[in-house]
Amino acid sequence: MYDFNALYEANTLQEALELKATYPHALLLAGGSDILIKLRDGKYTGCDLISIYTLDELRGVELLDDGTIVIKPLTSFTDVAQNPILLKYVPTLCEAVEQIGAPQVRNIGTIGGNICNGVTSADSATTLKAYDAMLVIESQKGKRILPYLEFNLGPGKVDLKEDEILTAITISKESYNATYGHYIKYAKRKAMDIATLGCSVNVTLSGDKSKIERLRIAFGVAAPIPVRGINTEKETQGHPVNAELLNLIRERVLDDVTPRDSWRASKEFRLHLIQELAVRATREAIIKGGGSIDD
Amino acid sequence: MTKKSIKCRVNGVNREYFVDVRSSLMDLLRGPAGLDSIKHGCDVGECGACTVLINGRPFNSCIYLAVWAEGKEIVTLEGVTNPDGSLSDIQQAFVDEGAVQCGICTPGFIMASIPIINQETPSTREEIRRQISGNLCRCTGYQKIVDAIEKTQKKRIAEKKKG
Amino acid sequence: MLSEPNQTKLTQKMPILTLEEMMSIVGRSLNRVDASDKVTGKAKYTGDLVTPNTLVAKVLHSTIANGVVKSFNLDEAWKVAGVVDIVTCFDVPDIAFPTAGHPWSTVEAYQDIADRKLLNTRVRLYGDDIAAVIAETEIAAQRALKKIEVTYEEYKPLLTIEEALANTEIPIHDEFPTNIVKSHKYEIGNFEEAIKAPNLIKVEGEYETPIVKHCHIEPAISFAYEEAGKIVVVSSTQIPHIVRRVCSQALGLPIGKIRIIKPYIGGGFGNRQDALTEPLNAYLTTRVRGRPVKLEYTREETFAFTRVRHAMHFKITSYLNREGDFVARSVKAYSNQGGYASHAHALVANAINAFRMMYPVGAIKGEAYTVYTNLATAGAMRAYGIPQISFALESHIDDIAKVTGLDPIAIRKRNMMKLGYVDPITTITCHSTGLEECIERGEKYLNYSEKREKYSKQSGAIRRGVGMSIFCYKSCVYPINLETSACRLVLNQDGSAQLQMGATEIGQGADTVFTMMAAETLGFTIDKIHLISRQDTDVTPYDSGAYGSRQTYVGGMSVKKTAEKFKAEILKFAGKLLKRDPWDLDIVENQVVRKNKKEPLISVADVAIEACYSLKESIHIAAEETHHCSDNTYAFGVCFVEIEVDIPLCQIKVVDIINVHDSGKIINLQTATGQVHGGMSMGLGYGLTEYLKFDPKTGRMLNDNLLDYKLMTAIDTPELHADFVMPYDPTGPYGNKALGEPPTIPVAPALRNALLNATGVAVNSNPLNPQKLFYAFKEANLI
Repeated sequence: MYDFNALYEANTLQEALELKATYPHALLLAGGSDILIKLRDGKYTGCDLISIYTLDELRGVELLDDGTIVIKPLTSFTDVAQNPILLKYVPTLCEAVEQIGAPQVRNIGTIGGNICNGVTSADSATTLKAYDAMLVIESQKGKRILPYLEFNLGPGKVDLKEDEILTAITISKESYNATYGHYIKYAKRKAMDIATLGCSVNVTLSGDKSKIERLRIAFGVAAPIPVRGINTEKETQGHPVNAELLNLIRERVLDDVTPRDSWRASKEFRLHLIQELAVRATREAIIKGGGSIDD
Repeated sequence: MTKKSIKCRVNGVNREYFVDVRSSLMDLLRGPAGLDSIKHGCDVGECGACTVLINGRPFNSCIYLAVWAEGKEIVTLEGVTNPDGSLSDIQQAFVDEGAVQCGICTPGFIMASIPIINQETPSTREEIRRQISGNLCRCTGYQKIVDAIEKTQKKRIAEKKKG
Repeated sequence: MLSEPNQTKLTQKMPILTLEEMMSIVGRSLNRVDASDKVTGKAKYTGDLVTPNTLVAKVLHSTIANGVVKSFNLDEAWKVAGVVDIVTCFDVPDIAFPTAGHPWSTVEAYQDIADRKLLNTRVRLYGDDIAAVIAETEIAAQRALKKIEVTYEEYKPLLTIEEALANTEIPIHDEFPTNIVKSHKYEIGNFEEAIKAPNLIKVEGEYETPIVKHCHIEPAISFAYEEAGKIVVVSSTQIPHIVRRVCSQALGLPIGKIRIIKPYIGGGFGNRQDALTEPLNAYLTTRVRGRPVKLEYTREETFAFTRVRHAMHFKITSYLNREGDFVARSVKAYSNQGGYASHAHALVANAINAFRMMYPVGAIKGEAYTVYTNLATAGAMRAYGIPQISFALESHIDDIAKVTGLDPIAIRKRNMMKLGYVDPITTITCHSTGLEECIERGEKYLNYSEKREKYSKQSGAIRRGVGMSIFCYKSCVYPINLETSACRLVLNQDGSAQLQMGATEIGQGADTVFTMMAAETLGFTIDKIHLISRQDTDVTPYDSGAYGSRQTYVGGMSVKKTAEKFKAEILKFAGKLLKRDPWDLDIVENQVVRKNKKEPLISVADVAIEACYSLKESIHIAAEETHHCSDNTYAFGVCFVEIEVDIPLCQIKVVDIINVHDSGKIINLQTATGQVHGGMSMGLGYGLTEYLKFDPKTGRMLNDNLLDYKLMTAIDTPELHADFVMPYDPTGPYGNKALGEPPTIPVAPALRNALLNATGVAVNSNPLNPQKLFYAFKEANLI
């Protein structure tokens, strides 16, 4: 039995927005795999909850005419992983969420929840950031669209006002077209684990596969929030696909990250992993993109 | 304390329960529904002992609100046993392969294995292991559990081929 | 062939093979007797038996690790709706009691240390039990707990052995002013004299093992009520009869006023070889006039506030000659006890005994200290101190091999225990050994020697390595502790029988092997034995419980003895009916026959119905016998493992692994294999991923849950291979020896030795987790 005060169940998005406006302090319950656990732990004792779990209008993945992919926030990790549109155009995202928890967790956990709880280890976050995902955020007052890169404000803190709900995650065609990615989750177990470090890389190669036209790299647990490797990305634009590229990445990524010491892993170890994973993920992404690379 | 009426199908029978909205699905199933095959191991979705099928997929009933069960099809281990009380193939395989020791995780494992044994194509042992990785067992080292699931999946696929 | 002064030369024979061949049920691979109930959800565990009107109790745990509770403010807690009672450390009986699951010693010097009360004013670990709330609902109990204010006098937490030994101004327990719970030494031969021999090679090493957790999937749980003037505690325990005694001691009540019921339990692994929630739960029901009260720990409480495996530190010194024979060896061991004694010094004592027994050659000396600290209380866990010493000793053997260039298997074979060995301190005798064959099978399975040679010459980021390790393990706790077990058989009118054991089923398959043993000796088929799984101390014969891998060895003997008596009673009555001498009769497949003949004379069912309803001379055939065990024997085994190391990622992947065991005659291959797999899995965790972390400032356990504690999932676990060598042990009831605990012992050191083979890096502590490898590889300039 959970010790919360009130449960408001929304049956439509409109109702959910109304409830959020009426009870701004109430916590929004998507799959609950984060909030219910914290509630049991005594963190939210006596809170009010607005459940949007049953809102099927916020589930599913669509491909718009202009090629934009729209992922509704309540889509479960299982459904993200198995979605034909995503498998075709952004398979890296499918691979990333496949590494979350285990089947039970992937069935209840939602991609929107993963983003909105704002943790740096979120497995979907790194890949969505690496693909420059946009977030559609709604309230009764209206709708705003925000680059996901600007959404995380700090550990567990996101740019979501009390009356707002995330209603869609979008990836533009420009972002995924001819682009190949790879995600590495580094954890202590192959299942049921939080990333010690996550690294998602995607590359767009020149026609002859000899040059990097665009490289985007994002990390989880390398900073208080999921971050992009801005410096690394800049320096690798137009770089020939060769061993030197990997060396450059190995050096540059250190300028992009600020991991910390925790009882789960030391800063020194994380920095080592950041370098190693960045190189390995890049190599894999290049290979998927049809390029080849030797160390 | 708010109570709410929940209508759902449990093990093939339409049911209606009047539950405290603060209940987890595990609270509902082990309590009013009287289905105590569902075991309590961690309360936070880490051990899988409370796994049930909701609309055919495995969920940890400890972190699923009872009110979300409205309109859902729920299957527990009690619903896996054949109607005449005899063991279904997967249960018999767990017995024959020695996949059971202390037994506290067994109901959760059998529930997690249902989607695997119903697959159309055979899984590798690695794939089976991945699909049961949300269920922890301290007794068996998983070896014979994987054996039981693999054996049952093979048997069912062979039966389907025969028609 | 070596000649060692303390080993008798005997050639290994399997002398009683004919007896073994005569067995028709023992040795078969049969399905478990409880499997059907467990796959249908019919099997009832403690939590399934709780009645709906049961009150809920929750314990308030201290938020300091070392200090004294000065006062409580309960005002706000009492205001919470649904609170029935609040009990604090100032309210409970002023009785200190022991919790360890040992049979009681009538000799005071050997009694377990009584160092805790039902709730403690003197706080000795973060989370010590200081108060409890009884409420109508769990939510009410939790809310009340949150409202209790506590004032403490706080002392510096002493979290390491060094800190505890250095800070004795305020001892953790007043009765132990140095914080040392106990220490002891032994010396076999003359160590100082022995090391004077010329041309000896000296190898030293220090090894450390971590605190780990049992992780049975069912949390600690009990419920208690009063009935017929007694306190009844239904509990998930391995040791109902011992828990009964502990509850009586804790509450200051006669033992007959306590009744413990043990249904199916969701794993134990030694954690439940201790009184856990039961004594407080028994007390709490008396606070509410005997109403049922449930005391169920959360997963986090089960982690932090039940028992853990002792962390140990070993310093080993070995002297050997150029051929690889040990001349002198010494071990100095420190064991971190945590806040309360529980099983205390018994574990490290067991560890340094095994140090001697494993390689009983030359002069040997051992020294061990058990030290109180303000960490989680350590108790029994699968193989009782032996995983710790085996990690140290078996790592050390490969270190010796590295230093000397000798072959690690050759060193082991030269020096390991041989048939006929009599331990000079415990007198435990090696009545059978298949260790050499275990090594040979493991070696062959993995192609170890060839691979070891090949892998020692690698470079590159991804490397392979092979490692192995051996062990010996006693089959029960004799003569260190009492070994006793009773059994009852009662005949039904249909010729079937109830088999009732004090020994407990905890998942290991005890019920199944007892059923097989009874059927074997009686000449019954399996289906005619109805084993009563649930223990109820009011009616169940006495047995100390499930621990020390003693069930098939000690409990098995009581089954055999009782079954022999029971069979004689049946044949006596059959003899009367048949007008034949009962000594000329036997039972085969539920039929009474003439000895060594097959033709049935009368069925046991017909005998039974006549015995029950005879108008002339009814008799209700039953038998109950005690086996007082006064022998012991060694089980052996090996682990061979191949790993792949990704050096830059600091990750180890197990490529292949096998355990080969000599546990004597295997009673049931299916359940035995299951035990080996489970033990290997636990050993893999011990070797690679598992350890408990504590906040260095507060002493709070940090990874007290199944997400942060890295128990292996199915996908993390490699395919496990098990094999058995089966010498028939003359002291085992059916030729059998210990099996439950041993499989977990050799895995961690084998992994460590494989890493040494792969990389040349000797990591002297387990687990070999990535961060540890990172620093080790860095130091070795591999990354």
